[in-house]
Amino acid sequence: MLKSDRTFFLRPQDMIGIAVLAFLLIVILPLTLDNFRLQFVGKYLTYAFVALGLVLCWGYAGILSLGQGVFFGLGGYCMAMFLKLESSSVEATKIQTTPGIPDFMDWNQITELPYMWQPFNSLTLTLIAVILVPALFAFIVGFAMFKRRVGGVYFAIITQALAAIMTILIIGQQGYTGGINGITDLRTLNGWDIRTDSAKTILYFVCVALLIACILIAYFVKSSKLGRILVAMRDKEDRVRFSGYDVANFKVFVFCLAASLSAIGGAMFTLQVGFMSPSFVGIVPSIEMVIYAAVGGRLSILGAIYGTLLVNWAKTSFSESFPELWLFGLGGLFIAVVLIFPNGIAGLWQTYIAPRLGPLFGGTAARRASPPATPPAPPPSGSAAPAAAE
Amino acid sequence: MSSQNDQSNKFSTTRRKLLMGIAALPAVPLLASAGLFSTPAMAQAPATSAVNTTGLAVTDTEVTVGILHSVTGTMAISETGSVQAEKLAIDQINAMGGVLGRKIKFIQEDGASDWPTFAEKAKKLLVNDKVAAIMGCWTSASRKAVLPVVEQYNGMLYYPTFYEGLEQSKNVIYTGQEATQQILAGLDWVAKTKNGKTFYLIGSDYIWPRTSMKIARKHIEGHLKDSSVVGEEYFPLGHTQFNSVINKIKLKKPDVIYAAVVGGSNVAFYKQLKAAGIDLNKQTLLTISVTEDEIDGIGGENIAGAYSSMKYFQSLDNPNNKEFVAAFKKMWGEKTVIGDVTQAAYLGPWLWKMTVEKAGSFDIDKIAAASAGIEFNKAPEGYVKIHDNHHLWSKARIGLALPDGQFKVVYETPDLIEPDPFPKGYQ
Repeated sequence: MLKSDRTFFLRPQDMIGIAVLAFLLIVILPLTLDNFRLQFVGKYLTYAFVALGLVLCWGYAGILSLGQGVFFGLGGYCMAMFLKLESSSVEATKIQTTPGIPDFMDWNQITELPYMWQPFNSLTLTLIAVILVPALFAFIVGFAMFKRRVGGVYFAIITQALAAIMTILIIGQQGYTGGINGITDLRTLNGWDIRTDSAKTILYFVCVALLIACILIAYFVKSSKLGRILVAMRDKEDRVRFSGYDVANFKVFVFCLAASLSAIGGAMFTLQVGFMSPSFVGIVPSIEMVIYAAVGGRLSILGAIYGTLLVNWAKTSFSESFPELWLFGLGGLFIAVVLIFPNGIAGLWQTYIAPRLGPLFGGTAARRASPPATPPAPPPSGSAAPAAAE
Repeated sequence: MSSQNDQSNKFSTTRRKLLMGIAALPAVPLLASAGLFSTPAMAQAPATSAVNTTGLAVTDTEVTVGILHSVTGTMAISETGSVQAEKLAIDQINAMGGVLGRKIKFIQEDGASDWPTFAEKAKKLLVNDKVAAIMGCWTSASRKAVLPVVEQYNGMLYYPTFYEGLEQSKNVIYTGQEATQQILAGLDWVAKTKNGKTFYLIGSDYIWPRTSMKIARKHIEGHLKDSSVVGEEYFPLGHTQFNSVINKIKLKKPDVIYAAVVGGSNVAFYKQLKAAGIDLNKQTLLTISVTEDEIDGIGGENIAGAYSSMKYFQSLDNPNNKEFVAAFKKMWGEKTVIGDVTQAAYLGPWLWKMTVEKAGSFDIDKIAAASAGIEFNKAPEGYVKIHDNHHLWSKARIGLALPDGQFKVVYETPDLIEPDPFPKGYQ
């Protein structure tokens, strides 16, 4: 949005960090994991989009949203609607009372495709909807609240209510949404079978590519003047306002950006997992997504990605090894994070490891360049403290 | 790692099983002769290469199956009974010498009451562990999530819950009742013996109650004489405020309240009915969603007098069931209760064993083809048989809820009811 007088928006240590992550995701993991485990990583990475959005929205701008699942879900549902229509051809659904519509509509006595579903016959419109529908929704919510200067804990509570409302709406309108079962049994994308192993591998790499693109966008926002206004807003909102900035507009923008990032994750999730259900929309998944960002470090873009991978990996492996005890293990991990290293993995890295590695790896240079990286910083805004206690 | 876990678990239960040898007296010589007589139709332990041509987890001495239920989360309370029943069945089959001379080893995974987790774990069981069959799922939503996975990777799922029908798959055996089996006979009974003419339908808001009520309404309006539905309402899962609907019921005075409220909502529903002064001994209430497991939470005194339509009750008076209840309590404790789904889950491993022995192979395609016509005489609910459409022929029964939490069976259909997952005229 504005031309920086500095040469490039990435500092050298950022570039190294991104390169290491890219190398890990593109080379190391595909070589060391079997197909089955790699598909898990692909699924985890879709949550990383949400965590990335939270770093911008919560870590930098100080807006804690406990409703990111709504946007993840909206993106996922948009994609699922397209895929469902494609798999509900007249041929494939001829045992139904009304062939040619999704099976759950038929079960709910709906006899023609609702208007809401019509645009999702087109892949182009679907891809646009994946980004725009959540952004538009975030805009309406953000505009209504930030203009009235609703913020902090109140905003967090309202977003949480939104997540609950959205779940109830989806479950209640099961004729249009598939209800609590969600939209299941998705097969092909424009004739390409997304269920095969090779398709999943391709989708994994698409997911990684999109994620890296989104990371670059996040770094760009962070290093731009906009990014600095966001941080300023988080630390002293009134001063920014008195300096002549319309604080609400900046908040709306970053909230919409986080929503769109989450939605991309949701759409990739649907493609890789093959279904979408309200269990990704509600309060619990939304809070879990905040935990990913918290474990990784809400002030660190790359930290959030590692946090997401770590938490999900722990979740899967604990639950496989100890089917009846795994929740306790996971709970213990979260308590440890909050008590022992409140700035997450990234905080540990910046406090203990980076200083020993020299400026190139985010040592002293990092401290000078980015104020939020100062390790023992107290929670910068009112909204951060309750979340850390989550 | 999980298999180690299971291993130790199984050892302890096997030991317990041996200690209670008196109860299983006929099994002792069988154990000693290592299954020599247990598979009369088959030659002793045929070569693995012959019975497993698709790379399933079958060795010369063992075959691995998966158990996939929620042991954490909101559904754990319902699904625990199914897990217990499946483990009991596996234990008993192993004590008889296993399947085709191979002991059954199981890998248990937790669906965590979360549908995507179910899909993920089903995939893990099929792709990583290459299990020969999965006993699992409970809610419709979890089955819908798992179904594409078992179809894609060609697995075999034994699904225990009574459900809404409208589904049939080569890769699934439905050991519970589908909707018409559970509903039609019950409605006929209540119309005849209770002279029910007006019905009030109440359910939780998701696919199973909705489909069930749709079938019930068609049956009431189309097949019962001069009968009508005077109200139909749905409440979100977990809903606990039923006062408004109870007031409407008082106003409309239906002959029959027909209920499909599930899970925790049940507790609130029956307590509030009682508090509102509706005496279930005078007001007929027929439910399709309350088993002994639910009464555990509701409290027998709150629901005494209600009727439940199921295919199995713990109090069923036949030798198979007495043996089953005794073995179940021996393994899992005197206090456990056994509901309809628990019994249906118990059938899964047995039906699978018999199908494998009929097919002479663990191959999924051969099992799918051999399933139709499998008969099980030792089922606690009585004789059952697998239909061509992979559902079970079974009887429908009506139980009267007693204050002690058990049901008294007041009616059972004379014949087995044919499963009809896509009922003509009811869709």
